[in-house]
Amino acid sequence: MNHLFPILTALAYLSSFGLYIRFLATGKKLTGRLGTLFLGLGLVAHYFALLERSRGLHTVPYHDLYGSMSLFGWLLALTYLGLELYHRQQSVGAFVMPFILAFFLAAHLAPADRLSPPAAHGATFAFHVTLSILAYAAFALSFVLSLIFLGEERLLRSHKLGNMVWRLPPLELLERMSKSSVLVGLVSIAIGTALGFVWVDRLSSEYSFYDPKYVVTLLVLLLYVLYLRLAGTGAWRGARASRLCIFNFLIVVLSFTVVNLYLSHSHRYF
Amino acid sequence: MEIVLVGLNHRTAPVEVRERVSFTAEQARRAAEELRARGILEETLVLSTCNRSEVYGVPPESSHECAPGLSTFLSEFHSVRPDILGVSLYHHYDQEAVRHLFRVAAGLDSMLLGEAEILGQVREAYRFAHEQGATGPVLNRLFQGALEVGKRVRSETELGTRPMSVASAGVKLAERIFGKLNERKALVLGAGTISEQVVSQLRDRGIAQLQVMNRSRDRADELAKQFGGKVVGWGEWDAALQSPDVVVSSVSADEPVLRRDIVERAMAARGNRALFLMDLGVPRNIDPSVGELYNVYVYNTDDLSEIVQQNRNARESEIPRAQGIVDEHVTKFLSWQASVELVGLVDALRVKMREERASFIRARMELMKHLTETDRAHVEKLMDEMLEKLLLGPAERLRGEKELRRKIQNVEALRDLFLSNREKT
Repeated sequence: MNHLFPILTALAYLSSFGLYIRFLATGKKLTGRLGTLFLGLGLVAHYFALLERSRGLHTVPYHDLYGSMSLFGWLLALTYLGLELYHRQQSVGAFVMPFILAFFLAAHLAPADRLSPPAAHGATFAFHVTLSILAYAAFALSFVLSLIFLGEERLLRSHKLGNMVWRLPPLELLERMSKSSVLVGLVSIAIGTALGFVWVDRLSSEYSFYDPKYVVTLLVLLLYVLYLRLAGTGAWRGARASRLCIFNFLIVVLSFTVVNLYLSHSHRYF
Repeated sequence: MEIVLVGLNHRTAPVEVRERVSFTAEQARRAAEELRARGILEETLVLSTCNRSEVYGVPPESSHECAPGLSTFLSEFHSVRPDILGVSLYHHYDQEAVRHLFRVAAGLDSMLLGEAEILGQVREAYRFAHEQGATGPVLNRLFQGALEVGKRVRSETELGTRPMSVASAGVKLAERIFGKLNERKALVLGAGTISEQVVSQLRDRGIAQLQVMNRSRDRADELAKQFGGKVVGWGEWDAALQSPDVVVSSVSADEPVLRRDIVERAMAARGNRALFLMDLGVPRNIDPSVGELYNVYVYNTDDLSEIVQQNRNARESEIPRAQGIVDEHVTKFLSWQASVELVGLVDALRVKMREERASFIRARMELMKHLTETDRAHVEKLMDEMLEKLLLGPAERLRGEKELRRKIQNVEALRDLFLSNREKT
């Protein structure tokens, strides 16, 4: 297999990570813009890396755990880039890039998956999986943003500002970014889940309706709706809402790992 | 093409002298006009701020020779005795004048290290002089360079980013919580000087609504009128604390005026929207336990002063980086200056050689009368081509190679080598 695109992706993501860190340290606008540029280049190279891998294996990217992880990393990068451009805020890049890099590198450095995935194909299924992974990526992003919020809020309350606080996004912007991200995640998971049910309905003879994954997904949906509802109101506004967002993501991780691998009959890597 | 700078600033002159030597726009225009009319300077620019008055110029002859005349002019222009002015004035020439201006534009020479206003003042002084036709190619290039230095220092270093006063530190902190303040509301408790400073900063940041609460209604009215706010009656906490995002307090009181129960009630009424409280009073105006309330951020004078001190240290640590940018642009400017002078020298040499060629041909042709007109034309053409070839190569290299220009340090020596005094002028 040609390693050009994975290498280019890794180099672009690493450069972007380095530039975002430098931006956080120095505040140079050009450095931040270069960070965004390299993230964009990484996204393009990552896309071709995914495409090449899928062609090589004659299957979809989410065929195995590592492909799913790589796709997750790509969608995380894509969601973050969209959010960064929408909110014009580059200080978060240094915190998101390690996650993107970790998923990309874990997917591309790890040995091939030995588990065989469920026999699945078709556009409906493809959209179901891609949208679900996009939702997880968006939730991961809101998780990172909530962590930054809590860290910055603690620094501001304790009056220990240091150098970094002046570079981080304002607390209210972090809240808005987190909500935007959750909104993207909710829309994606709602459509993705609906498509999943459509697909299951077509194959009802083959697949059970009573999958623990459905319950957990519904729980995730409800928890994030609750977050969106509470984040703008009274007692939950601010740090409490961020804590809820972090808790919600732990459920997502649970759904992505334990439920998929050990409890679900029809889900493996997404 | 030398540069001279004569001026004084907060380091060399007390305010009593600075205020006598400052220029209004009209005075700056008149001074520039007179300096050129008297033949002291060919290009002139007056930079006058509350902390400095400086005259930059390009003299027709040596910059060292013109400096005393410039000092005398300033003394006469402002009617200040030369002995008083003399001790305060500094003179910088060429490279040092360039470096000084670039340091000024960078905020390195300011009373408040890295302050932002000076760049706008340099820009305005340049625009004004340029519009008056007082600047020429040298000062145009010099001041464009200075503006670039100022911009780069502000965007590439932290010299000007950190707040340096308690008031600006408080406002910047509010921005850490709320982001832009143009949709935010503020309540000011007390109408003293400190409050005024903070209100001014908040207004600069575009605060959407301002409320003033003060024991003396008249003073509250005055401050509200000055900054376009509205007055709230003293002690009407429930109404006053419902909408603001930022509260600034600098009241003279023995006990805290904002007690925990008042803020607690207010937070419940406002649905726990974040509240930033700036306590600038001594003794403190806000009960310290208010800082424990959810979504309430309280900063007192000591907290803000500590931030200012940290920022001062951070700004000072940025000086080497800013100085690096200044040095880079000084080298760039001097390289440009040398290139212009060298190209001028080559052009002068070309004119001289053409003249030499004409007299040479005239003398030689007398001895070669057997040549036809066509042959003579050929000889003349050959000589022209040879001269062009001799000069074209070096001229092109001088234009294109920065390193070569840097190596040729003393242009005057070259000029002396090739040209007589008459030709040099």
